[in-house]
Amino acid sequence: MKPRRLGAWLVIVFGVLYFFVPLLGTFEFSLRLLRGVYSVAAYRIVLADPRFAATVTYSTVLALATIVMGVALVVPTAYWIQLRLPRMRPVVEFITLLPLVIPAIVLVFGYLRIYNSSSALPLTGSARTTDLLLMFSYVTLALPYMYRAVDNGLRAIDVRTLTEAAQSLGAGWSTILLRVILPNVRVAVLSGAFLTFAIVIGEFTMASLLDRPAFGPYLQLIGANRAYEPAALSIISFAITWACMGLIQIFTRGVPGQVAGAH
Amino acid sequence: MAEVAPATGPSSAAPPWVSEVSWAWVGVVPFFVFALMFLILPTGLLVVGGFQDKGGHFTLRNLLDLFQPTILNSYLISIKVSAASAIGGALVGFALAYAAITGGLPRWVRPTLMTFSGVASNFAGVPLAFAFLATLGRTGLVTALLVHVFGFNIYSIGFNLLSFSGLTLTYMYFQIPLMVLIMAPAIDGLRREWREASASLGASTWEYWRYIALPVLWPPLLGATLLLFANAFGAVATAYALTGSSLNIVTIVLYAQIRGDVLHNQNLGYALALGMILITGLSNAAYIWLRGRGERWLR
Repeated sequence: MKPRRLGAWLVIVFGVLYFFVPLLGTFEFSLRLLRGVYSVAAYRIVLADPRFAATVTYSTVLALATIVMGVALVVPTAYWIQLRLPRMRPVVEFITLLPLVIPAIVLVFGYLRIYNSSSALPLTGSARTTDLLLMFSYVTLALPYMYRAVDNGLRAIDVRTLTEAAQSLGAGWSTILLRVILPNVRVAVLSGAFLTFAIVIGEFTMASLLDRPAFGPYLQLIGANRAYEPAALSIISFAITWACMGLIQIFTRGVPGQVAGAH
Repeated sequence: MAEVAPATGPSSAAPPWVSEVSWAWVGVVPFFVFALMFLILPTGLLVVGGFQDKGGHFTLRNLLDLFQPTILNSYLISIKVSAASAIGGALVGFALAYAAITGGLPRWVRPTLMTFSGVASNFAGVPLAFAFLATLGRTGLVTALLVHVFGFNIYSIGFNLLSFSGLTLTYMYFQIPLMVLIMAPAIDGLRREWREASASLGASTWEYWRYIALPVLWPPLLGATLLLFANAFGAVATAYALTGSSLNIVTIVLYAQIRGDVLHNQNLGYALALGMILITGLSNAAYIWLRGRGERWLR
């Protein structure tokens, strides 16, 4: 038993090193801006950059819009599949997994082809409609995670009984969805929402190819032109990811069947 | 995963709304419109475009042109990096999950590992590239420490972060935790009794692995490795921020093609995308098939 446990500890220590050393290296690097002393100058420069605030705001607003749109699309669909169309489940599940099969760069290439400014639906024609297209792109990216989370949540409650009870009290479909189903799966929805936020906030490929001023392309731009500021930005984004995952852990504690972060 | 939810019961229960069942499909129309607009049509049009020439006529020319050395080479580098990071990530990730679950470690190890894995598997893209530059770049912390403490410069023995080995090492940062998350349920399915029974029958550790654990675990193991492969194959941001365009993996070529038609042929670009869909599609199909096989034992 003893050598076995020692081996297990060695593996864990290796994992801990792989996880923490790059973070430590980044943190140390981010403090090196001033020659000879450690300082937070790099953070000060980054936080004072108006583009930092602008791009983070842009990406945050976009992430929130993505979450609202994603919930509005996924919750009614998953509910309806569970209640009325269980035979459609394999088809819908297959579609929700497609974004894991088709790389994001291929999807956005397709969008640029069918929604270009000379097409029937010229979504890339103006900045506002491109924002809309980017939001839908992100709903697509987050679809596998959002759908799994909500579907797990719906499986854990008795959808049929809740619906019948609400109907017998005279509730319409919108009341059932908004005031009966949604509150019952709010933990699942929240964990899907935080995961969506973590994915969207630093996303680079789609935002860059659709030419929108998001946080991901800004990170890349700073990385290409500066030395120490990127490390500071990296630590900031890591903190954001960490906050999202931490919130998932807090909200889903004690709820079985939640797979936060799992693909 | 694919089983029909037993909670809802079979339709033979004759619910009161059976008479209006023909209209039930209306409820999923928004979802299918969305899927058509943002998944199926965009991908489908690229696939069709891959088979067309400039005038819109059918041709196989573009697909054959994918075999020209520069493009073929970019696919090969992508496949090499994805395979290496998937296999490396799978081995380390499996060892970590196995150690945390069955290694007899304190109780807090497992939930802590799962939490950190959730974070690390989502820490990818541009910031991850910066982190590795700051750690293993020419002036990075680990590089400098190795020089100071051991007088040993990893760059003098041919290591370069902006190369195949560097990119693989960087990708493994999100591959390892992803493997931990996928494999933990499968390892949970390994019954303690199996090991005890085999030991009481005189089996060695090697025989236990060879005849019991691996035959049960290989479908999920191989399936998860394929998923990691597809995960790395489609990645753009990490490689782009790390190497710029010095390492021509296929996603970087496609990125440049979308930005400025570097191949000087739009339809060849569509074929490039088609090739990527084929590769990720095949590895995902194999994953789904293997997962179905694995679920027979691991309940």
